[in-house]
Amino acid sequence: MKILVPVKRVVDPNVKVRIRADGSGVDLTNLKMAMNPFDEIAVEEAIRMKERGLAREVVAVSIGEPRVLETLRTALAMGADRAIAVETEVAVQPLEVAKMLKAIVEREQPDLVIMGKQAVDDDSNQTGQMLAALLGWAQATFASRIEIVDGEAEVAREVDEGIEVIRVKLPAVITTDLRLNEPRYASLPNIMKAKRKPVDRLTPADLGVDPSPRLIYTRFEEPPRREAGIRVESVDELVEKLVEKGVIG
Amino acid sequence: MSALVVAQHDHARLDPATLATVTAARALAEEVDLLVAGHEVRPVAEEAVGIAGVRRVLLAEAEHLAQPVAEDLCELVLAVAGDYEALLAPATTFGKNLMPRVAARLDVAQISDIVAVLAPDTFQRYIYAGNVLTTVHTRDARRVLTVRATAFEKAQAQGGAAEIVTVAVPPATGLARFVRREVHASERPELTSARIVVSGGRGVGSKENFQLIERLADVLGAAIGASRAAVDAGFAPNDWQVGQTGKIVAPELYVAVGISGAIQHLAGMKDSKIIVAINKDPEAPIFEVADYGLVADLFKAVPELIEKIEKVKRERAA
Repeated sequence: MKILVPVKRVVDPNVKVRIRADGSGVDLTNLKMAMNPFDEIAVEEAIRMKERGLAREVVAVSIGEPRVLETLRTALAMGADRAIAVETEVAVQPLEVAKMLKAIVEREQPDLVIMGKQAVDDDSNQTGQMLAALLGWAQATFASRIEIVDGEAEVAREVDEGIEVIRVKLPAVITTDLRLNEPRYASLPNIMKAKRKPVDRLTPADLGVDPSPRLIYTRFEEPPRREAGIRVESVDELVEKLVEKGVIG
Repeated sequence: MSALVVAQHDHARLDPATLATVTAARALAEEVDLLVAGHEVRPVAEEAVGIAGVRRVLLAEAEHLAQPVAEDLCELVLAVAGDYEALLAPATTFGKNLMPRVAARLDVAQISDIVAVLAPDTFQRYIYAGNVLTTVHTRDARRVLTVRATAFEKAQAQGGAAEIVTVAVPPATGLARFVRREVHASERPELTSARIVVSGGRGVGSKENFQLIERLADVLGAAIGASRAAVDAGFAPNDWQVGQTGKIVAPELYVAVGISGAIQHLAGMKDSKIIVAINKDPEAPIFEVADYGLVADLFKAVPELIEKIEKVKRERAA
Protein backbone atom coordinates (compact mmCIF):
# COMPACT_ATOMS: atom_id res chain seq x y z
CA MET A 1 0.00 0.00 0.00
CA LYS A 2 1.13 3.51 -0.75
CA ILE A 3 0.12 6.34 1.58
CA LEU A 4 0.06 10.04 0.76
CA VAL A 5 0.27 12.42 3.73
CA PRO A 6 -0.43 16.11 3.12
CA VAL A 7 1.12 18.37 5.78
CA LYS A 8 0.65 22.08 6.40
CA ARG A 9 3.16 24.55 7.77
CA VAL A 10 1.47 26.69 10.43
CA VAL A 11 2.37 29.00 13.28
CA ASP A 12 3.55 26.90 16.21
CA PRO A 13 0.35 26.26 18.22
CA ASN A 14 2.08 27.36 21.44
CA VAL A 15 2.71 30.84 20.03
CA LYS A 16 0.08 33.53 20.48
CA VAL A 17 -0.47 35.36 17.20
CA ARG A 18 -0.71 39.14 16.94
CA ILE A 19 -3.18 41.02 14.81
CA ARG A 20 -1.75 43.83 12.70
CA ALA A 21 -2.70 47.25 14.08
CA ASP A 22 -4.76 48.09 10.98
CA GLY A 23 -6.78 44.86 11.25
CA SER A 24 -5.58 43.71 7.82
CA GLY A 25 -4.28 40.36 8.94
CA VAL A 26 -2.27 38.34 11.39
CA ASP A 27 1.39 39.34 11.79
CA LEU A 28 3.45 36.23 11.13
CA THR A 29 6.83 38.01 11.04
CA ASN A 30 9.49 36.05 12.93
CA LEU A 31 6.97 33.68 14.48
CA LYS A 32 8.04 30.12 15.16
CA MET A 33 6.48 27.79 12.60
CA ALA A 34 5.73 24.08 12.91
CA MET A 35 3.94 21.23 11.24
CA ASN A 36 0.20 21.36 11.90
CA PRO A 37 -0.21 19.05 14.95
CA PHE A 38 -3.03 17.04 13.37
CA ASP A 39 -0.79 16.44 10.33
CA GLU A 40 2.02 15.22 12.58
CA ILE A 41 -0.41 12.61 13.86
CA ALA A 42 -1.16 11.69 10.23
CA VAL A 43 2.56 11.28 9.42
CA GLU A 44 3.03 9.14 12.53
CA GLU A 45 0.10 6.89 11.62
CA ALA A 46 1.38 6.38 8.07
CA ILE A 47 4.85 5.51 9.33
CA ARG A 48 3.42 3.04 11.85
CA MET A 49 1.49 1.38 9.01
CA LYS A 50 4.75 1.06 7.13
CA GLU A 51 6.49 -0.36 10.19
CA ARG A 52 3.68 -2.91 10.55
CA GLY A 53 4.23 -3.96 6.94
CA LEU A 54 0.89 -2.56 5.80
CA ALA A 55 2.40 0.19 3.67
CA ARG A 56 5.36 0.07 1.35
CA GLU A 57 5.84 3.79 0.76
CA VAL A 58 4.89 7.01 2.56
CA VAL A 59 4.92 10.21 0.51
CA ALA A 60 4.56 13.59 2.25
CA VAL A 61 3.25 16.62 0.37
CA SER A 62 3.03 20.25 1.37
CA ILE A 63 1.66 23.30 -0.38
CA GLY A 64 2.75 26.86 0.32
CA GLU A 65 5.71 29.21 0.39
CA PRO A 66 9.11 27.64 -0.40
CA ARG A 67 9.80 27.23 3.33
CA VAL A 68 7.33 24.32 3.38
CA LEU A 69 10.49 22.38 2.53
CA GLU A 70 11.41 22.63 6.24
CA THR A 71 8.09 21.06 7.19
CA LEU A 72 8.62 18.31 4.65
CA ARG A 73 12.09 17.64 6.10
CA THR A 74 10.37 17.06 9.46
CA ALA A 75 8.06 14.51 7.84
CA LEU A 76 11.03 12.83 6.18
CA ALA A 77 12.97 12.79 9.45
CA MET A 78 9.99 11.14 11.14
CA GLY A 79 10.15 8.41 8.49
CA ALA A 80 8.38 9.41 5.27
CA ASP A 81 10.21 8.06 2.20
CA ARG A 82 10.01 11.06 -0.09
CA ALA A 83 8.26 14.37 -0.42
CA ILE A 84 6.54 16.70 -2.85
CA ALA A 85 6.54 20.48 -2.39
CA VAL A 86 4.03 22.60 -4.29
CA GLU A 87 5.46 26.08 -4.03
CA THR A 88 3.31 29.21 -4.15
CA GLU A 89 3.32 32.56 -2.39
CA VAL A 90 -0.48 32.57 -2.39
CA ALA A 91 -2.21 31.79 0.93
CA VAL A 92 -4.06 28.84 -0.54
CA GLN A 93 -7.54 27.98 0.79
CA PRO A 94 -9.02 24.50 1.37
CA LEU A 95 -10.87 24.03 -1.94
CA GLU A 96 -7.79 24.92 -3.99
CA VAL A 97 -5.59 22.76 -1.76
CA ALA A 98 -8.00 19.87 -2.34
CA LYS A 99 -7.80 20.42 -6.11
CA MET A 100 -4.00 20.36 -6.04
CA LEU A 101 -3.98 17.26 -3.86
CA LYS A 102 -6.37 15.60 -6.29
CA ALA A 103 -3.89 16.24 -9.12
CA ILE A 104 -1.10 14.76 -6.99
CA VAL A 105 -3.23 11.72 -6.14
CA GLU A 106 -3.80 11.18 -9.85
CA ARG A 107 -0.01 11.22 -10.44
CA GLU A 108 0.95 9.16 -7.41
CA GLN A 109 -1.98 6.71 -7.23
CA PRO A 110 -1.87 6.14 -3.45
CA ASP A 111 -4.23 3.65 -1.78
CA LEU A 112 -4.77 5.90 1.18
CA VAL A 113 -4.49 9.59 2.01
CA ILE A 114 -4.08 10.38 5.72
CA MET A 115 -4.17 14.02 6.81
CA GLY A 116 -5.06 16.21 9.78
CA LYS A 117 -8.74 16.94 10.39
CA GLN A 118 -8.05 20.65 10.50
CA ALA A 119 -5.20 23.12 10.41
CA VAL A 120 -4.75 25.08 13.62
CA ASP A 121 -4.36 28.38 11.77
CA ASP A 122 -7.59 28.74 9.76
CA ASP A 123 -9.52 26.01 11.65
CA SER A 124 -11.58 25.21 8.53
CA ASN A 125 -11.82 21.41 8.85
CA GLN A 126 -12.58 20.99 5.12
CA THR A 127 -9.68 19.80 2.99
CA GLY A 128 -9.86 16.04 3.60
CA GLN A 129 -13.59 15.87 2.96
CA MET A 130 -13.19 18.03 -0.16
CA LEU A 131 -10.38 15.85 -1.51
CA ALA A 132 -12.49 12.70 -1.00
CA ALA A 133 -15.41 14.38 -2.77
CA LEU A 134 -13.33 15.48 -5.76
CA LEU A 135 -11.84 11.99 -6.10
CA GLY A 136 -15.18 10.22 -5.59
CA TRP A 137 -13.55 8.33 -2.70
CA ALA A 138 -14.83 7.37 0.71
CA GLN A 139 -13.89 9.53 3.70
CA ALA A 140 -13.33 8.68 7.34
CA THR A 141 -12.95 11.88 9.33
CA PHE A 142 -11.80 12.51 12.93
CA ALA A 143 -10.12 9.11 13.27
CA SER A 144 -9.02 7.82 16.66
CA ARG A 145 -8.23 4.28 15.45
CA ILE A 146 -7.48 2.86 12.00
CA GLU A 147 -7.31 -0.79 11.04
CA ILE A 148 -6.98 -2.34 7.62
CA VAL A 149 -9.34 -5.31 7.37
CA ASP A 150 -10.16 -7.31 4.23
CA GLY A 151 -9.02 -4.53 1.89
CA GLU A 152 -11.10 -1.96 3.72
CA ALA A 153 -10.27 0.54 6.44
CA GLU A 154 -12.18 0.23 9.70
CA VAL A 155 -12.04 3.58 11.39
CA ALA A 156 -13.21 4.69 14.83
CA ARG A 157 -14.35 8.29 14.54
CA GLU A 158 -14.56 10.83 17.37
CA VAL A 159 -18.08 12.23 17.02
CA ASP A 160 -20.19 14.39 19.32
CA GLU A 161 -22.11 11.37 20.60
CA GLY A 162 -19.04 9.28 21.40
CA ILE A 163 -17.24 6.96 19.00
CA GLU A 164 -18.63 5.87 15.63
CA VAL A 165 -17.01 2.97 13.83
CA ILE A 166 -17.30 2.85 10.04
CA ARG A 167 -15.83 0.74 7.25
CA VAL A 168 -14.64 2.50 4.10
CA LYS A 169 -13.56 1.05 0.78
CA LEU A 170 -10.01 1.80 -0.34
CA PRO A 171 -8.75 4.05 -1.74
CA ALA A 172 -10.01 6.51 0.86
CA VAL A 173 -9.18 9.74 2.66
CA ILE A 174 -8.79 9.52 6.45
CA THR A 175 -8.50 12.61 8.64
CA THR A 176 -6.90 12.34 12.06
CA ASP A 177 -8.13 13.42 15.47
CA LEU A 178 -5.99 14.11 18.53
CA ARG A 179 -6.03 10.71 20.13
CA LEU A 180 -5.06 8.54 17.17
CA ASN A 181 -1.44 8.35 18.33
CA GLU A 182 1.44 10.30 19.89
CA PRO A 183 3.81 11.46 17.18
CA ARG A 184 7.48 10.58 17.66
CA TYR A 185 10.35 13.01 17.75
CA ALA A 186 12.80 12.61 14.91
CA SER A 187 16.19 11.31 16.05
CA LEU A 188 19.34 13.14 15.01
CA PRO A 189 20.52 10.34 12.66
CA ASN A 190 17.08 10.37 11.02
CA ILE A 191 17.21 14.14 10.66
CA MET A 192 20.58 13.73 8.87
CA LYS A 193 19.22 10.92 6.73
CA ALA A 194 16.18 13.01 5.79
CA LYS A 195 18.45 15.52 4.05
CA ARG A 196 19.26 12.92 1.42
CA LYS A 197 15.68 11.82 0.78
CA PRO A 198 14.21 13.01 -2.53
CA VAL A 199 11.93 16.06 -2.71
CA ASP A 200 10.05 16.94 -5.91
CA ARG A 201 9.31 20.62 -6.36
CA LEU A 202 6.20 21.63 -8.29
CA THR A 203 4.03 24.70 -8.79
CA PRO A 204 0.23 25.00 -8.87
CA ALA A 205 0.53 25.52 -12.64
CA ASP A 206 2.23 22.11 -12.98
CA LEU A 207 -0.93 20.68 -11.42
CA GLY A 208 -3.27 22.79 -13.56
CA VAL A 209 -4.83 24.56 -10.56
CA ASP A 210 -5.38 28.30 -10.08
CA PRO A 211 -4.39 28.85 -6.43
CA SER A 212 -6.19 32.21 -6.06
CA PRO A 213 -8.36 32.40 -2.94
CA ARG A 214 -12.11 32.55 -3.39
CA LEU A 215 -12.88 33.83 0.10
CA ILE A 216 -11.75 37.32 0.99
CA TYR A 217 -10.87 37.88 4.63
CA THR A 218 -11.54 41.61 5.06
CA ARG A 219 -11.03 42.16 8.76
CA PHE A 220 -9.11 40.64 11.66
CA GLU A 221 -9.86 41.67 15.24
CA GLU A 222 -9.45 40.64 18.85
CA PRO A 223 -12.34 38.54 20.11
CA PRO A 224 -14.73 40.36 22.43
CA ARG A 225 -13.31 40.31 25.95
CA ARG A 226 -15.19 39.14 29.01
CA GLU A 227 -15.32 41.53 31.92
CA ALA A 228 -12.95 40.28 34.60
CA GLY A 229 -14.91 38.88 37.53
CA ILE A 230 -14.13 38.67 41.21
CA ARG A 231 -12.23 36.31 43.48
CA VAL A 232 -14.34 34.67 46.14
CA GLU A 233 -12.63 33.81 49.41
CA SER A 234 -14.54 30.68 50.33
CA VAL A 235 -16.97 28.05 49.14
CA ASP A 236 -19.64 29.77 51.25
CA GLU A 237 -19.17 33.02 49.37
CA LEU A 238 -19.29 31.18 46.05
CA VAL A 239 -22.55 29.45 46.95
CA GLU A 240 -23.99 32.76 48.13
CA LYS A 241 -23.15 34.40 44.77
CA LEU A 242 -24.64 31.55 42.77
CA VAL A 243 -27.83 31.63 44.83
CA GLU A 244 -28.00 35.42 44.30
CA LYS A 245 -27.72 34.90 40.55
CA GLY A 246 -30.48 32.33 40.69
CA VAL A 247 -28.46 29.56 39.05
CA ILE A 248 -28.62 27.16 41.98
CA GLY A 249 -31.25 26.38 44.54
CA MET B 1 -32.51 34.25 -1.53
CA SER B 2 -33.46 30.70 -0.55
CA ALA B 3 -31.61 28.42 1.82
CA LEU B 4 -31.63 24.75 2.70
CA VAL B 5 -30.72 23.63 6.21
CA VAL B 6 -29.63 20.02 6.67
CA ALA B 7 -31.30 18.92 9.90
CA GLN B 8 -29.38 16.99 12.52
CA HIS B 9 -31.44 14.46 14.44
CA ASP B 10 -31.18 11.06 16.09
CA HIS B 11 -34.22 9.63 14.27
CA ALA B 12 -36.39 10.53 17.28
CA ARG B 13 -35.80 14.25 17.90
CA LEU B 14 -34.27 17.20 16.12
CA ASP B 15 -30.96 18.27 17.58
CA PRO B 16 -31.32 21.79 19.07
CA ALA B 17 -28.33 22.91 16.96
CA THR B 18 -30.67 22.63 13.97
CA LEU B 19 -32.86 25.40 15.41
CA ALA B 20 -29.89 27.75 15.73
CA THR B 21 -28.88 26.91 12.16
CA VAL B 22 -32.38 27.87 10.97
CA THR B 23 -31.90 31.27 12.64
CA ALA B 24 -28.60 31.76 10.79
CA ALA B 25 -30.31 30.74 7.53
CA ARG B 26 -33.13 33.24 8.16
CA ALA B 27 -30.52 35.98 8.54
CA LEU B 28 -29.48 35.58 4.92
CA ALA B 29 -32.47 34.09 3.11
CA GLU B 30 -36.19 34.87 2.95
CA GLU B 31 -37.10 31.27 2.18
CA VAL B 32 -35.71 28.54 4.38
CA ASP B 33 -36.35 24.84 3.83
CA LEU B 34 -35.20 21.99 6.02
CA LEU B 35 -33.97 18.58 4.87
CA VAL B 36 -34.79 15.67 7.18
CA ALA B 37 -33.02 12.53 5.98
CA GLY B 38 -33.12 9.08 7.51
CA HIS B 39 -35.03 5.83 7.70
CA GLU B 40 -38.58 6.12 9.03
CA VAL B 41 -38.07 9.70 10.17
CA ARG B 42 -41.51 11.16 9.51
CA PRO B 43 -41.94 11.94 13.25
CA VAL B 44 -38.85 14.17 13.05
CA ALA B 45 -40.26 15.89 9.93
CA GLU B 46 -43.54 16.39 11.76
CA GLU B 47 -41.67 17.99 14.64
CA ALA B 48 -39.82 20.20 12.14
CA VAL B 49 -42.94 21.64 10.48
CA GLY B 50 -43.49 23.61 13.67
CA ILE B 51 -40.20 25.54 13.46
CA ALA B 52 -40.96 29.22 12.97
CA GLY B 53 -39.68 30.54 9.64
CA VAL B 54 -39.37 27.21 7.84
CA ARG B 55 -41.25 27.07 4.53
CA ARG B 56 -40.94 23.41 3.57
CA VAL B 57 -39.61 20.28 5.20
CA LEU B 58 -38.04 17.95 2.66
CA LEU B 59 -38.48 14.40 3.89
CA ALA B 60 -35.97 11.91 2.48
CA GLU B 61 -36.42 8.35 3.66
CA ALA B 62 -34.43 5.28 2.67
CA GLU B 63 -33.18 2.21 4.46
CA HIS B 64 -29.54 3.06 3.78
CA LEU B 65 -30.00 6.38 5.60
CA ALA B 66 -30.79 4.62 8.91
CA GLN B 67 -27.18 5.22 10.02
CA PRO B 68 -26.12 7.53 7.21
CA VAL B 69 -22.55 8.01 6.02
CA ALA B 70 -21.36 11.32 4.54
CA GLU B 71 -20.99 9.82 1.05
CA ASP B 72 -24.71 8.94 0.85
CA LEU B 73 -25.95 12.12 2.54
CA CYS B 74 -23.83 14.16 0.13
CA GLU B 75 -25.51 12.56 -2.91
CA LEU B 76 -28.90 13.34 -1.37
CA VAL B 77 -28.05 16.98 -0.63
CA LEU B 78 -26.74 17.42 -4.18
CA ALA B 79 -29.94 15.86 -5.57
CA VAL B 80 -32.14 18.37 -3.72
CA ALA B 81 -29.72 21.35 -3.85
CA GLY B 82 -31.53 22.73 -6.93
CA ASP B 83 -31.63 26.49 -6.86
CA TYR B 84 -30.90 27.05 -3.17
CA GLU B 85 -28.32 29.81 -2.92
CA ALA B 86 -27.26 28.76 0.56
CA LEU B 87 -26.77 25.33 2.11
CA LEU B 88 -26.26 25.19 5.85
CA ALA B 89 -25.69 22.65 8.61
CA PRO B 90 -24.69 22.95 12.26
CA ALA B 91 -20.92 22.97 12.88
CA THR B 92 -21.16 19.71 14.82
CA THR B 93 -19.19 16.60 13.85
CA PHE B 94 -22.24 15.78 11.67
CA GLY B 95 -22.10 19.03 9.70
CA LYS B 96 -18.30 19.23 9.66
CA ASN B 97 -18.14 15.78 8.12
CA LEU B 98 -20.82 16.37 5.48
CA MET B 99 -20.71 19.95 4.24
CA PRO B 100 -17.17 20.22 2.80
CA ARG B 101 -17.99 17.18 0.67
CA VAL B 102 -21.07 18.98 -0.64
CA ALA B 103 -19.16 22.24 -1.14
CA ALA B 104 -16.38 20.61 -3.17
CA ARG B 105 -18.88 18.89 -5.45
CA LEU B 106 -20.61 22.25 -6.05
CA ASP B 107 -17.22 23.98 -6.50
CA VAL B 108 -18.04 26.36 -3.65
CA ALA B 109 -15.52 27.60 -1.08
CA GLN B 110 -17.16 26.67 2.23
CA ILE B 111 -17.18 29.03 5.20
CA SER B 112 -16.89 26.97 8.39
CA ASP B 113 -18.27 27.58 11.85
CA ILE B 114 -19.79 31.02 11.31
CA VAL B 115 -20.70 33.05 14.41
CA ALA B 116 -22.46 35.97 12.68
CA VAL B 117 -24.13 36.85 9.39
CA LEU B 118 -23.18 40.45 8.56
CA ALA B 119 -24.66 40.39 5.04
CA PRO B 120 -25.86 37.61 2.75
CA ASP B 121 -22.28 37.27 1.45
CA THR B 122 -20.33 38.34 4.56
CA PHE B 123 -19.83 36.36 7.74
CA GLN B 124 -17.76 36.27 10.91
CA ARG B 125 -15.76 33.30 12.13
CA TYR B 126 -12.88 32.59 14.47
CA ILE B 127 -9.41 31.42 13.45
CA TYR B 128 -6.30 30.50 15.48
CA ALA B 129 -8.26 28.55 18.12
CA GLY B 130 -10.53 31.47 18.90
CA ASN B 131 -7.72 34.04 19.20
CA VAL B 132 -8.74 36.05 16.13
CA LEU B 133 -12.21 37.04 14.94
CA THR B 134 -12.36 37.48 11.17
CA THR B 135 -14.82 38.90 8.69
CA VAL B 136 -14.98 36.87 5.51
CA HIS B 137 -16.61 37.72 2.25
CA THR B 138 -17.49 35.22 -0.47
CA ARG B 139 -17.67 35.92 -4.18
CA ASP B 140 -19.21 32.53 -4.99
CA ALA B 141 -22.78 32.57 -6.31
CA ARG B 142 -23.73 29.99 -3.68
CA ARG B 143 -22.74 29.62 -0.07
CA VAL B 144 -22.06 26.46 1.87
CA LEU B 145 -21.88 27.22 5.58
CA THR B 146 -21.53 25.46 8.89
CA VAL B 147 -22.97 27.32 11.85
CA ARG B 148 -21.74 27.56 15.45
CA ALA B 149 -25.01 26.85 17.25
CA THR B 150 -24.13 28.74 20.45
CA ALA B 151 -23.73 31.98 18.47
CA PHE B 152 -27.34 32.09 17.25
CA GLU B 153 -30.65 32.10 19.09
CA LYS B 154 -32.67 28.95 18.57
CA ALA B 155 -35.62 29.40 16.22
CA GLN B 156 -39.03 28.87 17.86
CA ALA B 157 -39.71 25.14 17.73
CA GLN B 158 -43.46 25.65 17.59
CA GLY B 159 -45.90 27.89 15.81
CA GLY B 160 -44.65 27.45 12.25
CA ALA B 161 -46.68 25.82 9.53
CA ALA B 162 -44.29 24.30 7.03
CA GLU B 163 -45.45 21.68 4.56
CA ILE B 164 -43.80 18.28 4.27
CA VAL B 165 -42.58 17.41 0.78
CA THR B 166 -41.29 13.90 0.15
CA VAL B 167 -38.14 13.78 -1.96
CA ALA B 168 -36.49 10.90 -3.80
CA VAL B 169 -33.25 9.48 -2.36
CA PRO B 170 -30.37 8.53 -4.67
CA PRO B 171 -29.10 4.95 -4.30
CA ALA B 172 -26.38 4.15 -1.75
CA THR B 173 -22.85 4.83 -3.00
CA GLY B 174 -21.51 1.70 -1.33
CA LEU B 175 -18.29 3.58 -0.48
CA ALA B 176 -18.70 3.46 3.28
CA ARG B 177 -20.90 1.81 5.86
CA PHE B 178 -21.76 2.24 9.49
CA VAL B 179 -20.52 -0.53 11.78
CA ARG B 180 -21.38 0.52 15.33
CA ARG B 181 -21.55 3.39 17.74
CA GLU B 182 -19.96 3.42 21.16
CA VAL B 183 -22.07 5.85 23.12
CA HIS B 184 -21.53 6.58 26.78
CA ALA B 185 -25.04 6.08 28.08
CA SER B 186 -25.90 8.84 30.50
CA GLU B 187 -28.91 10.17 32.29
CA ARG B 188 -27.29 13.58 32.43
CA PRO B 189 -28.25 16.46 30.13
CA GLU B 190 -26.55 16.69 26.74
CA LEU B 191 -23.38 18.76 26.93
CA THR B 192 -24.05 21.30 24.18
CA SER B 193 -27.60 22.10 25.28
CA ALA B 194 -27.30 21.80 29.07
CA ARG B 195 -28.22 24.75 31.33
CA ILE B 196 -25.26 23.98 33.60
CA VAL B 197 -21.94 22.37 32.70
CA VAL B 198 -19.30 21.16 35.17
CA SER B 199 -15.91 20.48 33.56
CA GLY B 200 -12.78 18.90 34.92
CA GLY B 201 -9.21 19.39 33.80
CA ARG B 202 -5.79 17.94 34.27
CA GLY B 203 -5.86 19.06 37.90
CA VAL B 204 -8.47 16.41 38.64
CA GLY B 205 -5.61 13.96 38.38
CA SER B 206 -7.19 10.64 37.42
CA LYS B 207 -10.19 8.88 35.95
CA GLU B 208 -11.25 7.81 39.45
CA ASN B 209 -11.08 11.38 40.73
CA PHE B 210 -13.43 12.42 37.93
CA GLN B 211 -16.20 10.87 40.05
CA LEU B 212 -15.92 14.01 42.15
CA ILE B 213 -16.75 16.08 39.05
CA GLU B 214 -19.63 13.72 38.33
CA ARG B 215 -21.02 14.14 41.84
CA LEU B 216 -20.89 17.92 41.53
CA ALA B 217 -22.58 17.70 38.13
CA ASP B 218 -25.34 15.51 39.53
CA VAL B 219 -26.11 17.77 42.46
CA LEU B 220 -26.37 20.68 40.01
CA GLY B 221 -28.30 18.72 37.37
CA ALA B 222 -25.43 19.53 35.02
CA ALA B 223 -23.76 17.99 32.00
CA ILE B 224 -20.10 17.00 32.33
CA GLY B 225 -17.29 18.42 30.27
CA ALA B 226 -13.53 18.04 30.25
CA SER B 227 -10.49 19.90 29.01
CA ARG B 228 -8.43 18.46 26.21
CA ALA B 229 -5.65 17.72 28.70
CA ALA B 230 -8.03 15.62 30.79
CA VAL B 231 -9.28 13.71 27.74
CA ASP B 232 -5.75 13.19 26.38
CA ALA B 233 -4.72 11.84 29.79
CA GLY B 234 -7.56 9.32 29.65
CA PHE B 235 -9.47 10.82 32.62
CA ALA B 236 -12.59 11.43 30.51
CA PRO B 237 -14.05 10.21 27.18
CA ASN B 238 -13.58 12.23 24.00
CA ASP B 239 -17.21 13.30 23.73
CA TRP B 240 -16.82 15.31 26.94
CA GLN B 241 -14.14 17.56 25.45
CA VAL B 242 -14.96 21.26 25.47
CA GLY B 243 -12.84 23.52 23.29
CA GLN B 244 -11.94 24.59 19.81
CA THR B 245 -11.38 21.00 18.67
CA GLY B 246 -14.13 19.58 20.89
CA LYS B 247 -17.57 20.96 21.66
CA ILE B 248 -18.54 24.60 21.90
CA VAL B 249 -20.84 25.25 24.86
CA ALA B 250 -22.57 28.34 26.21
CA PRO B 251 -24.60 27.31 29.28
CA GLU B 252 -26.03 29.61 31.95
CA LEU B 253 -23.43 28.33 34.39
CA TYR B 254 -20.04 26.82 33.57
CA VAL B 255 -17.98 25.44 36.45
CA ALA B 256 -14.33 24.80 35.55
CA VAL B 257 -12.57 22.59 38.07
CA GLY B 258 -8.82 22.04 37.87
CA ILE B 259 -8.72 23.60 34.42
CA SER B 260 -5.87 26.03 33.74
CA GLY B 261 -7.67 27.70 30.83
CA ALA B 262 -5.64 27.08 27.68
CA ILE B 263 -6.90 29.33 24.88
CA GLN B 264 -8.23 26.33 23.00
CA HIS B 265 -10.43 25.46 26.00
CA LEU B 266 -11.56 29.08 26.50
CA ALA B 267 -12.66 29.14 22.84
CA GLY B 268 -15.16 26.43 23.69
CA MET B 269 -16.80 27.97 26.77
CA LYS B 270 -16.15 31.71 27.02
CA ASP B 271 -19.67 32.59 25.86
CA SER B 272 -21.15 30.92 28.94
CA LYS B 273 -23.29 33.33 30.95
CA ILE B 274 -21.61 32.77 34.33
CA ILE B 275 -18.21 31.14 34.65
CA VAL B 276 -16.91 29.72 37.94
CA ALA B 277 -13.30 28.58 38.22
CA ILE B 278 -11.81 26.49 41.00
CA ASN B 279 -8.06 26.11 40.73
CA LYS B 280 -5.18 26.05 43.19
CA ASP B 281 -2.97 28.14 40.89
CA PRO B 282 -3.89 31.82 41.36
CA GLU B 283 -2.11 32.64 38.07
CA ALA B 284 -4.21 30.20 35.97
CA PRO B 285 -5.57 31.98 32.86
CA ILE B 286 -9.05 30.57 33.59
CA PHE B 287 -9.40 33.27 36.27
CA GLU B 288 -9.18 35.96 33.58
CA VAL B 289 -12.54 34.86 32.16
CA ALA B 290 -14.18 33.66 35.39
CA ASP B 291 -16.98 35.68 36.98
CA TYR B 292 -16.25 33.94 40.28
CA GLY B 293 -12.80 32.55 40.91
CA LEU B 294 -11.93 30.43 43.91
CA VAL B 295 -8.26 29.73 44.55
CA ALA B 296 -8.42 26.43 46.41
CA ASP B 297 -7.49 22.78 46.39
CA LEU B 298 -10.31 21.21 44.39
CA PHE B 299 -10.25 18.06 46.54
CA LYS B 300 -11.24 20.17 49.53
CA ALA B 301 -13.40 22.77 47.79
CA VAL B 302 -15.53 20.50 45.59
CA PRO B 303 -16.78 18.18 48.38
CA GLU B 304 -17.59 21.27 50.43
CA LEU B 305 -19.36 22.82 47.44
CA ILE B 306 -21.42 19.67 46.92
CA GLU B 307 -22.39 19.62 50.59
CA LYS B 308 -23.41 23.29 50.63
CA ILE B 309 -25.40 23.11 47.41
CA GLU B 310 -27.28 20.12 48.85
CA LYS B 311 -27.95 22.17 51.96
CA VAL B 312 -29.35 25.08 49.89
CA LYS B 313 -31.55 22.64 47.99
CA ARG B 314 -32.82 21.06 51.23
CA GLU B 315 -33.63 24.47 52.66
CA ARG B 316 -35.45 25.46 49.49
CA ALA B 317 -37.44 22.25 49.50
CA ALA B 318 -38.44 22.67 53.16
